Order: sequence, then C-alpha cells, then structure tokens
Amino acid sequence: MSVSHNDAYVAFEHVQKSYDGVSLVVKDLNLNIGKGEFLTMLGPSGSGKTTCLMMLAGFETATNGEIKLDGRPINQVPPHKRGIGMVFQNYALFPHMTVGENLSFPLEVRGMGKSEREAKVKRALDMVQMYDFINRRPAQLSGGQQQRIALARALVFDPSLVLMDEPLGALDKQLREHMQFEIKHLHESLGITVVYVTHDQGEALTMSDRIAVFNDGRIQQLAPPADLYERPDNSFVAGFIGENNKLPGIIEELSGDKALVRLATGEVIDATAVNVTQKGQKTLVSIRPERVEFKPEMMPEGAHMIGADVLEVIYMGDILRAVLRVAGSDDFVMKMRNTQGQTRLTPGQKIRVGWHPQDARALEPM
Amino acid sequence: MADITASEIPAGGLVTSDGRPLKTALADAQARAKRRAFLLVAPLLVFVVVTFIVPIGQMMHQSIYNDGFSANMPRITAWFAENPIGTEPDETAFEALALDVRDSAAAKTIGVVGTRVNYEMSGTRSLFTSTGRKAKDFSEPYHEALRAADAKWDNPELWATMRQVSRAYSPNFFLAALDLTRDTQGNIVRVPEERQVYVNLFIKTFGLGLLITFTCFLLGFPIAHLLAILPLRWSNLLMILVLLPFWTSLLVRTTSWMVLLQQQGVLNSLLVWSGIIGDDGRIQMIYNQTGTIIAMTHILLPFMILPLYSVMRPIPPSYVRAARSLGATSWTAFRRVYLPQTLPGIGAGSLLVFILAVGYYITPALVGGASGQLISNLIAFHMQDSLNWSLAAALAALLLAAVLVLYWLYDRLVGIDNLKLG
Repeated sequence: MSVSHNDAYVAFEHVQKSYDGVSLVVKDLNLNIGKGEFLTMLGPSGSGKTTCLMMLAGFETATNGEIKLDGRPINQVPPHKRGIGMVFQNYALFPHMTVGENLSFPLEVRGMGKSEREAKVKRALDMVQMYDFINRRPAQLSGGQQQRIALARALVFDPSLVLMDEPLGALDKQLREHMQFEIKHLHESLGITVVYVTHDQGEALTMSDRIAVFNDGRIQQLAPPADLYERPDNSFVAGFIGENNKLPGIIEELSGDKALVRLATGEVIDATAVNVTQKGQKTLVSIRPERVEFKPEMMPEGAHMIGADVLEVIYMGDILRAVLRVAGSDDFVMKMRNTQGQTRLTPGQKIRVGWHPQDARALEPM
Repeated sequence: MADITASEIPAGGLVTSDGRPLKTALADAQARAKRRAFLLVAPLLVFVVVTFIVPIGQMMHQSIYNDGFSANMPRITAWFAENPIGTEPDETAFEALALDVRDSAAAKTIGVVGTRVNYEMSGTRSLFTSTGRKAKDFSEPYHEALRAADAKWDNPELWATMRQVSRAYSPNFFLAALDLTRDTQGNIVRVPEERQVYVNLFIKTFGLGLLITFTCFLLGFPIAHLLAILPLRWSNLLMILVLLPFWTSLLVRTTSWMVLLQQQGVLNSLLVWSGIIGDDGRIQMIYNQTGTIIAMTHILLPFMILPLYSVMRPIPPSYVRAARSLGATSWTAFRRVYLPQTLPGIGAGSLLVFILAVGYYITPALVGGASGQLISNLIAFHMQDSLNWSLAAALAALLLAAVLVLYWLYDRLVGIDNLKLG
C-alpha cells in the first residue's frame, strides 16, 4: 500500500528534533500516513520512534520541519486541541477514577451531556467487552483488562487518529498475542488511522499495513511487513527484523540484480544485489535460516551449494534448528520444519547447503 | 498437590500428624519468634511509656486534681462535705476554719492554700497569709476572732470559693481555661469580659495555624512539584536547600528573621533605599502577628514539602499527558488528574504543619511580640511564672483534645490510610 503525498492524512515533512541543541534525535523525517492505515514505527530504544510519536501527539515540539494532520499544520496546536487518541505504555488510567469516570473524562471536558456520555461510554466498553467493570478502579483490574480500558478510553471520543506507544509491552506473551488481534480487529471495524510504536518486530509484522523501521533518528525502510521481512533494503533492517545469517564476501560478478559473491574461504554463492553497485565491492550476504536448503532436489538448476559442518541440532518442537559451520563462521543457522519424513541431522555430519538466489541478499555492510 | 477442601476438615479442626490441634502447634511454633520480636521492641515501649504516656497521664490528672486546699485544711473540708451548698457558715464552720488556718500556718503550708483559693478568686492569698500570722492567738468565739483578723472572712463569695476548692477533684481548671467560672450558687457563668483570655487565644491560635498551613501549602506545592519533575541531579541539590533549615538551629533561623524583618533591618532598609517607602514609613514586620506568620511558615515549610514530594515523585508524567491527549486543557488536567492524586500528601503535610503550628512555642515567644503570642506561650506562662500548673495542664489538655478531634475528623473525611508522610 503506497500513499501519495496528496492523500496523506498525517505528514511529517523534514522534521528534525534535538533535545540538547548538540545532537539530533530525529534527523530529517519524511513520512506520509494514509487515512485508515495501520502504520508501525519499529526500532530499538533510542532510535527516535517514540519522539516522533510524542511530536505527533503534541508533547514534544519539532525543532525544525512541519507536521500536518489532514493537511493542516499542527506544530502550534496544543495537544488537547489535536483530537488524537493515545494509548500509553503504562496505560495511564487515572487511579482515582473508576473505569466509567475514566472513559467519560474526555467527553466531560468536551462539554457533552450526561445521557450522551453514558451512551458513548457504554458503547466503548462494550467494544472491548468490559462493560461489567464500569464501577471498578483501575487498580482492581488485571494488566490485560487495564489495557482494554485504556484502548476504550482512547477511542471513546471518536478520534480518527489513534497513537499507541508500546501498549502491549507490559503483558505476557499469550495475552499480548490475543490483544494484537483485538487491536487489529478494532482498527479494521472502526476505520481509524493507527500509528503504533513498538520494539517488538513480531508485533509489528502481525499488525501493520506498513512498518517504518527506525534507527539512529532515520527511517531505514518503510514497507509492508512481507517486503520488509523478505526484501530488507539494508543490513540494519536485515539484522533487526527476524533472524538472519550473514556471510561477508566480495562481489565477483554483477549483472542487473544478480550477483556472484566470493566468500572469505574462496567459495562462490548466488545472491540478489540490493545496494551494491560494482564488482570488487565488499558485501554482506543475508539469508533467512528457514530459506536455507540442504537437499539438492529442492534447489533450482545451476545454483551453487557450499559445504557445511553440522555443529549442533536443537529440537524446538515445531522446528529443528541446526547450527552449522559455513565458510569459516560457526553461527550459521538453518531451520527445518519438523515433519514426518524430515531428515534428522546429527552433529559432526558434513552436508552441502544452498538457497534460491532471491533469498540471499547482497547488502552494503554497515 | 495436596488440596484440602472444606469437606475434608474434621469436626474438631485440623490436627498435626502426631495428633496435636493445628492451632496449638502453630502458636507453639511461632511463640519463640513472637517473644524475640517483643523483646526487640520492649526498650522502645518502655521508653515511650515512661517519657510519653506517663507524663501525659500526669498532666491530664493535674488538670482536674489539685489538693492544695483539701490536704492542708482537713476540718473545713469535712464541714463542706457534711453541709450542703447554700448553708450559712455557723460557729462550727468558723472553728474548723480557724483551727485549719492555725495548723496550716504552723506547718508553713498556708501559702499553698492561699494560692489555691487565689486561682479562683484573686486577692485572697494575702488574706490567708496575714490571717495565718495571727492564727496562733485565736480563741473562741472563732467567728469573732476571724472577723477581727479580717472582715473579708464574712464574704459569702469567699465561702463559695472555698467550698469549690475544698474538693481536690474538680473541673474548675477546665472552666477557667474556657473563660468560665462559678457564681456563689455554683452555677457556671462566663467570666467578666475584661478577663476573657483563653477562648479568644485558642481561636487565634487555630486561625493562625490555618493561615500558616495555607501559606505553607501555597509556597510548598510548586516547590514539591519542581522537586518531583527535575532530573535527579538538580532535584537533589534543591532538596538540600529545602532541608537546610532543618540542619540549622531554630534559634539561629529565628534570629536571622529578626535581622531581616525588624524596622531597622535589611528588608526595610532595602525598601527605603529603593524609594518604595519613606524613612518614616518603615513597616513593622516583626514582634507582631506578621512576624509569627512569616517565621513559622519558613520553619514549617519542609514539613509540607516532604510529604508532597513523596506523593508527587511516583506520579508518572503520562497521567497529565493522557488527560491532555483526551482533550483537557492544562488547568483541567491539573485540577482533575494531578491534584487529586496529590491529596494524600496535601492531607499529611497540612495535618503535620497545623498540629506543629498550634503547639509552637519558641518562635512566637521570640518574634511574636504582644499580638503574635499563641496558646502555648500562655501555657508556658502558667508553668513558669504564675505556677498555676493545673490551669496550664487544663489548657494543654484542651489543645491535645482539639488536635485529636482534628485527627479524627481527618480520618472520617479523608481516611488515615490516605496519609503519606514520606
């Protein structure tokens, strides 16, 4: 899903942010978010993603550049006039108010009448199946329940844009996965625009329409989840999203996007050139562990295979994970599905591994 | 897992594997630990009882008990007990009185007796001492003898007073502390207006206490907030400044206020120098109520700031942010979200400052002048100068009771478990 500049609902234009006047936390951010889109800002801590969200919410001011909401510059608009719903990392439910009072707070400050308020609160609580808890205090609720209330509170005043700052960070794995679907479902049924910040790549891949991977104050790649996972633009994205094997080498041949890479040990492998431009250039080839094959019949005609020593095989239930020595590096990982007829490797075994050229991506080393 | 459901519990309660009841076994097993815990707190317990509970009990007793008259005047005390109120003193009564005065004068306790009566009726101490000097020559008829010694012995008001003080236990000191007294018939009436001191002083003490609490709150709230939101490095520095007054002597602090505020002091001189006031218009800022308020606000400010700070520090900024994102102006966010969460700190700080303020003694004594004196200064006066310890005790007991009532009210309104002192 690509969004042209014109129909951008939220637009960051050359936004820069500095806290100390010495270094930039956000360096020249340009980002357009379409109406109804679920966009995730993903990145390690300190990468500037939360700062971007806070600038959008109005709690931080952009040092330079402009942020537009629905075509209107909002740099000078105070947070309470932006009409943006927000879910906070620690939920930020007001501890001295009941669930019902928490939800009617945004309606009260908008001067809404009592009956209308009650109807909206009921609708929002029904939406997250929490109406029975209307008279409880936040402290009497579990983490997951608080999360739902926080979600309902951010939605109760019908904002068209909702920001979420690592909202599931405090929940356990099972609940987190459940809530991911619930948020996704709400997003689809309400047609709202969601900007979601997380450092959990699994969460980002599951929920988003597009993901903006942040590092060092810049967007490294902005793409739908499948593109991001399968076709990372650079070695940071390749390393940050999912598990990746990295083989250093030198470009031997280059024609179009097809490249032959000579590894340090002299072996030659096939790869797809991503951001390498000339022969003789140093490169880092990245291959997903689940795309590594060791059965010659699974390989395309003429593809190169290289020798590997099995160091360790770990049984993980749904998959088998083999650690191999490939081209001198001891941490090459191969994942095999644990199917009925799967070949069981044993440590010490010598095998040959290969991959489809489009699964190996020759990237410029960082 | 050994789940024991209610149906499995035998009728006589659970027993251990060797047949002892579980409750007894548990008590035995924990007895040693309990004994050790008690022994550890025992020194403190003894200390508190000896230095706190007992003196307060004694003070309370003193406020209703004074045997200065009854212990030294046994005969007339007995006569009062036998004859109901309103009985005209007859020759028996005068005989008892004369003999008591004689014996008391011989035992050199007539001064104590006179002082006790004098508390209730001024000008009577000299009557007792002067009569005491003549008493060894008294002979029948005693009425005549006493009248000859001093005509005041026929005064019915004196007899009514003596009847009252003949009872060692009496609420009279509390009456006096509330500006009340008894007339000759024993009815409780207000003392004449020019002698009404204590009720007004109580009102003034509580009024000033409230005012000081309020100024402490006004000044302390922003500072506590600043302390709570500053980075730790800066807030530690600011905290030292807040605590600095704690580390300097109370006298030094009070004296520096004198230097700053007096008419020839720093502040007045600055105002004159800058032309805001003329040299003849120097403001009286100390040795009056204003001085008491300024100095006590300064001294009690940390007691407001610390509980507020301890409540504000853990409030994450995301609450106010959430309120703002939900559409509240910064004022609404403060009033509806931030302020209610600081209530336990406000309550604790206010209670602490108010209780300390109404009992404060040194500062009003030094900088209060005539108009800035509080009830504790009068208690001290009765302890040290007038030596009417019973009245001092009654005043102190009333102060204590007022504070306890306040504490109870706070518990009812806010809840004592909502109190956060640090």
